[in-house]
Amino acid sequence: MDSGFDFDVIERSLGYLFREGMVFTLTLTGLAMAGGIIFGTLLAMMRLSAFKPLSMIAGAYVNLMRSIPLLLVIFWFFFLVPYIGAWVVGADQPIRVGAFWSAVITFTMFEAAYYCEIMRAGIQSIARGQVWSGYALGLNYWQTMGHVVLPQAFRNMTPVLLTQTIILFQDTSLVYVISATDFLGAASKVANRDYRLVEMYSFVAVVYFIISYSLSLLVKRLQDRIAVIR
Amino acid sequence: MLLEQEPGGTGTYLQYLIVGLGWTLATALAAWLIALAIGSMIGTLRTTNLTWLVRIGNLYVEIFRNIPLIVQMFLWFFVFPELLPKELGDAIKQMPPPWSSYIPAVLCLGIFTSVRVAEQVRAGINSLPRGQRMAGTAMGLTQAQTYRYVILPQAFRIILPPLTSEFMNVIKNSSVALTIGLLELTGRARAMQEFSFHVFEAFATATVIYLLTNLIVVLLMRALEKKVRVPGLIAAGGAPQAGH
Repeated sequence: MDSGFDFDVIERSLGYLFREGMVFTLTLTGLAMAGGIIFGTLLAMMRLSAFKPLSMIAGAYVNLMRSIPLLLVIFWFFFLVPYIGAWVVGADQPIRVGAFWSAVITFTMFEAAYYCEIMRAGIQSIARGQVWSGYALGLNYWQTMGHVVLPQAFRNMTPVLLTQTIILFQDTSLVYVISATDFLGAASKVANRDYRLVEMYSFVAVVYFIISYSLSLLVKRLQDRIAVIR
Repeated sequence: MLLEQEPGGTGTYLQYLIVGLGWTLATALAAWLIALAIGSMIGTLRTTNLTWLVRIGNLYVEIFRNIPLIVQMFLWFFVFPELLPKELGDAIKQMPPPWSSYIPAVLCLGIFTSVRVAEQVRAGINSLPRGQRMAGTAMGLTQAQTYRYVILPQAFRIILPPLTSEFMNVIKNSSVALTIGLLELTGRARAMQEFSFHVFEAFATATVIYLLTNLIVVLLMRALEKKVRVPGLIAAGGAPQAGH
């Protein structure tokens, strides 16, 4: 390895790093956030359901996901998704799913467990009278949830949901283990090709730091602005 | 399947995974000691009135909180030895495996977790009534003595439940060490399915081992919490937190 920090290798690979890698990372983060919040909210409603089997299934799912390492979940889904896909479309051979969609499904399913706990706390923080007044107005369960409870729960929980999303953004770098070309994966390919590990990994760390830190500052400002006056 | 011999010739696959659990726990426990020591110190410093110490504490927390764990792992493994004087860096790189991955993994996880411990310690200290600190001062204690005898003994007992979940996070996060070549539980499950093609058995066994480990940690910590609970306080669940 040559001595001295080689900025040139970073400059040469900027296009590849951001157009391939960062686009992969951000798309994955966006899709998994959307999917995770929707599925997580449904899980939270199941967990709070008065129908015992439903709340037990949701509880077991959330606790299972929260007890095992994300890496193990990534391996599990990378192996299982082709079979589940085959079962869904009725094919008799496991279907080919690329690293990207495998990662989207993994992160959606995994983060849903964490979003679920946040949404559960959000729903539980709403005064019971809100639900009663919904029913008193003649709304059914879904209308009460959709128009009265969830909008308030989302509002109260937005900062925590966003903080969780920053963590999700950082955690997507673990798709490195299934050889996906996310931001870290792209950098690692350049690093190993040109034998410039110090430069590439330091650069990756700086980029992740700038993005995560700026986002966390934004969340902090948002938190001060939307805090409900009680 | 689990009782078949693994190709390395060290015993059955089950034994192979159990040794993996050993490495997982060895990594997690060593990292936890570092995390507790540094985390308590930084968390405490950030609640004092020493402005520049608070700033250093904030900087430390922001740096290690905003870089993904796997990237930090690579920094410790690939970059850190290059920054040291040449002899020392070479000595680190030439350590025999598994130590060459174990030591960077422990440092990385320890420091990564210390940030989260620091946040808990700070939250615990700030949750105490202000009167506690004033009472300490009124008794003629110095700031250091107030922390030692009044604030910290209460704060640590309050934050035991969130510390428990941080400890379980270290156990789970230690799996990231497989990316720098440490064959801990998840790494061994992956290796096992590569040798044997019994993917389902490998991952299912690892999952069960993680679940059992979690269960044991929860039971032990619950017993400890009961023992050290501050009389007269409602055991609070705490606010919801983001995590991974």
